[in-house]
Amino acid sequence: MEEFALEGIRVVDFGWYWASPYLGMLLADMGAEVIKVESLQRLDTVRILPPYPDGQPGGLNRGGIYNMYNRNKLAITLNLAKPQGIELAKRLIAVCDVFTENYSPRVMKNFGLTYDQVRQVRPDIIYASLSAYGATGPEKDYVCYGGPQTYQSGLASVTGFPDGPPVGGEPYGDPTAGLFAAFAVLAALHHRSKTGKGQYIDLSQWETLVVLMPEAVMEYTMNRRIRPRMGNRDDIMAPHGCYRCQGERSWVSIAVGSEEEWQGLCEALGNPAWAREDRFSDAFRRWKNQDELDKLIEEWTLKHTDYEAMQILQGAGVAATPCVNNQQLVEEPHLNQRGFFVEDDHPEAGKRTIIGVPWKMSQTPGGVYRHAPLFGEHNEYVFGELLGLSSKEIATLAEEQVIY
Amino acid sequence: MKGKALDGMKVLEYAHLVSGPYCAKLLADLGAQVIKVEDPKDFDVARRREPFFGDVPDYERSGLFLYLNTNKMGITLNLRTTTGLGIFKELIRWADVFTENNPPKLVEELGISYQDLSAVNPRLIMTSITPFGQTGPYRDYKGYDLNCWQLGGYGHQNTNEYPSILFADQRRPVPLKKGGKHADFQAALNGAVATMCAFLYRERTGIGQHVDVSAVEAVASTMPDNIQYWTYQRQLSGGPRTYPLGPLCLLPCKDGYVYMWIFEEHQWERLVQMMGDPEWAREEIFKDRWVRAQNFEALEVLLADWFGQRSAQEVYMEAQARGIPLVPSNDIQEVVNSPQLQAREFFVEIDHPKVGSLTYPGAPFKLSETPWKIDRSAPLLGEHNEEVYGKLLGYSTEDQRKMKQAEVI
Repeated sequence: MEEFALEGIRVVDFGWYWASPYLGMLLADMGAEVIKVESLQRLDTVRILPPYPDGQPGGLNRGGIYNMYNRNKLAITLNLAKPQGIELAKRLIAVCDVFTENYSPRVMKNFGLTYDQVRQVRPDIIYASLSAYGATGPEKDYVCYGGPQTYQSGLASVTGFPDGPPVGGEPYGDPTAGLFAAFAVLAALHHRSKTGKGQYIDLSQWETLVVLMPEAVMEYTMNRRIRPRMGNRDDIMAPHGCYRCQGERSWVSIAVGSEEEWQGLCEALGNPAWAREDRFSDAFRRWKNQDELDKLIEEWTLKHTDYEAMQILQGAGVAATPCVNNQQLVEEPHLNQRGFFVEDDHPEAGKRTIIGVPWKMSQTPGGVYRHAPLFGEHNEYVFGELLGLSSKEIATLAEEQVIY
Repeated sequence: MKGKALDGMKVLEYAHLVSGPYCAKLLADLGAQVIKVEDPKDFDVARRREPFFGDVPDYERSGLFLYLNTNKMGITLNLRTTTGLGIFKELIRWADVFTENNPPKLVEELGISYQDLSAVNPRLIMTSITPFGQTGPYRDYKGYDLNCWQLGGYGHQNTNEYPSILFADQRRPVPLKKGGKHADFQAALNGAVATMCAFLYRERTGIGQHVDVSAVEAVASTMPDNIQYWTYQRQLSGGPRTYPLGPLCLLPCKDGYVYMWIFEEHQWERLVQMMGDPEWAREEIFKDRWVRAQNFEALEVLLADWFGQRSAQEVYMEAQARGIPLVPSNDIQEVVNSPQLQAREFFVEIDHPKVGSLTYPGAPFKLSETPWKIDRSAPLLGEHNEEVYGKLLGYSTEDQRKMKQAEVI
C-alpha cells in the first residue's frame, strides 16, 4: 500500500472561496483527512461559479473551481447560525488536529470559535486563520478577496506596461496564502509532535504577497525609489520578453542571460547581419537597445509556431517556452509525460482533467484519490461514525436546519 | 524564551537566485540551521542582481540576496575538486535536508544526485527545484522565471483584456508576467511545503526521499479555474474573460485607482448606499450580480463617474467602513508606510556588517508558540568557513589555510 506523508492528520476547514480550501487541498493530497464545513445558510459561492460541465450550470456540485480545489476532501453541512450547530462544530473540532478558516476576525468571534474558545475543547489544536489583513491592526476587520489583494499589496503596481494601468485582479493571493499557511501548519505540527503544544497561526493574505516582491520593497527601503512597471522585461537580461508567433494568440517567451545564450540565439536565427552590429554587441547594449532588438526577434518568431520556436531555440541552448493558453497547457507533452494532470471522475461533472499534486515525492507521492465532495456528502460518516450520532438524531438535526 | 518551530532541523543549500534560496530561507526563519554553500568564484547569482544598497553594485549589497538569505550561515566550497566534494558529502551526512536548484545534468556531473547522496545519507531529504522537473522531455531545457511563468499558463491570465471601456486604449494582448520573479517564488513555496511533508514523514518512519518541484507546475497550480475552463466547457483562456458576476473592476479616482470585487448581493447594496442610492442602480440591467457582469460596460461608465470625483484613500476608508471589498491600488511606498502593516510590525529592521540597518519584509504569518524571528543577516561570502570547517567538521587551521590556497574553499 502506498503511504501518505500526512496520514493520521485530521483537518477541519470552516473557510470558503480559495485560500483555506487551497491549504486544505495541499494537505489532503498528502493524505490528511480534510473535512469541509459548509451550509446552505452560508453557501460557498464557489460551488455555483463557472466553469460548468459543458457550460451548463445547475445545482451545487458542478462548479469546476470547487471540484478541483476540494478533491480528496469530505464535506458536511452544518449551520453555525444555530447554537446546536456550534455545539456540533466543537465536538468535531475536539477530534481534529488542525482548524482552518479564512474570514475577517469578527466572523469566528461571532460564532464563538476563536482560538481561545476552540482550545478549550482541543488544547493542542493548530488553529490557522487566513484573513485578508491579519487578526490585528486598525484594518483587521476590512474585507477583501485574493483578486483585490493583488492591488492592495502593491503587486499590481509593478505589473503591466509603463504606459498602462496596474495589472492584476486574478485570485493570486489565495493559493499563495494557502501555501504559506500549509508551510506554517506543517511546522506547527512538527513543533506539536516534539512538545505536545498546539498554536495559533495568524496569517495575513496581504502580507503573503508583499514577501514575494523583495526587489520592489528593498529598492524602496534601500534607495527610496519606486520600481516602474516593466512589462515582461528584466533588470539586465535582454532579450527578455514574449514574441508573437504564427497563428492567433500564439506567443513564445525568450530570455537570454549570458553571452553563450546570445550566441545560441544568433545561431538559431540563422546569424542575421543585424546580430553582429555594435548596438547588440554586449549585454549592456542589448539591454539599452531592446526596443529595436525585440522587433527584429519578432520578425523571426512570426515565421514559426510557438512550439517550433521553442524547439529551435532550446536546440541552440536558449531559454524559450510557448506562452500557453489553457488548452495548450492541458495538452502540454512534457507535463503530460510527467503525469502532472489527473483524470477526475466526478458524479455530476463527469470525467474531467484537473491539475494533480503540485510536486513529486519519491516515497510519499500522495495523489488525487477521491472526487470533490457533493454538498453534504459525508454527513453520515462525520456525524455518525466520527461523532457517534444516531441516524435518528441526524435526521432530527436536519429537520431543525442544524445539519443544513 | 520561546523556541522556534524548526529548531534542530539541519539544512544544506546549494542554490542560486530565488527558488532554492527562498525555500531554505523559509526553513531558516523558523529555526532550521541552514548552511548555504557557494562556489568561491561562481557564487550565488543573486549577489549580482539589483537593487543594490546605495546603487553601488557589489556582491554584498544586493537587496535581493540580503533578503533571500537571512538566518543562514554561508560557506564557500568548490565541488569540482575531490576534496571539495568529499567535504560536501560530510555535510550531507550532517544534514536532514538538502535543497538545490541546479540543472539536473549539472547535479549528475558533480556527483551530487539523489542517488549519489542517499548512498551517503539514506535518511536524506533532497529537494530539487528546477524549471521543468527531474523527468520528462524538457528536463534539460533552459528556463528562466519568465519562461516558467509562461509555460505554466499564467501569462494569459494577466493580459488585462477585460471588457472595459475605460482602459480600451491601453489593452494589450501580450501574456504578461508579474513584477518580480513569481515562478521562482511559487516553486520555492511548493518546495518548502513538500519538504515539510517529507520531514514529518521522516520523523515518523526514518525514511528520506527525493522531492521534485517544477516551477512550471508550481505556476500552473496557482490558477483555480484556468484549465477547467477548457476541460469543463471548452473555453480558451486569453482574451476578454472574467467571472460572470460582479462588478469586479479597476476604477480611476482623482489620484490613483481603486479595485473591487463585488461578489455577494449585500456588498452591492452597500456600494449603492455609499454612492447615495442613485436611480440608475435600481435599473433592470443591474438587478443582480450575474446581469451586472453582462452589462458591465454600461455599469463601468456610471461607476467611473462617481469614483472619478473622489480620492482613492477616501473611497477605501468609506467602502471598508461599510464592509465593501474595495481597495486602493497601492504603490510600494504606500505599502511600506501602511498603518496596517506597521501596526502588525510586518516590516523588520535587520543589521548587516556591510550595509547597516535596513528594512525588510518580515513573515506573512504570526505563530503564537514559536514566533518567526531574524537572528542573523545574510552571510557574507564565506563568512562561516571557520565555524563550519573548523568547529563543525574539525579541520585544522592549517588545513583550512591550505584548502583556501588550493581553491577548494
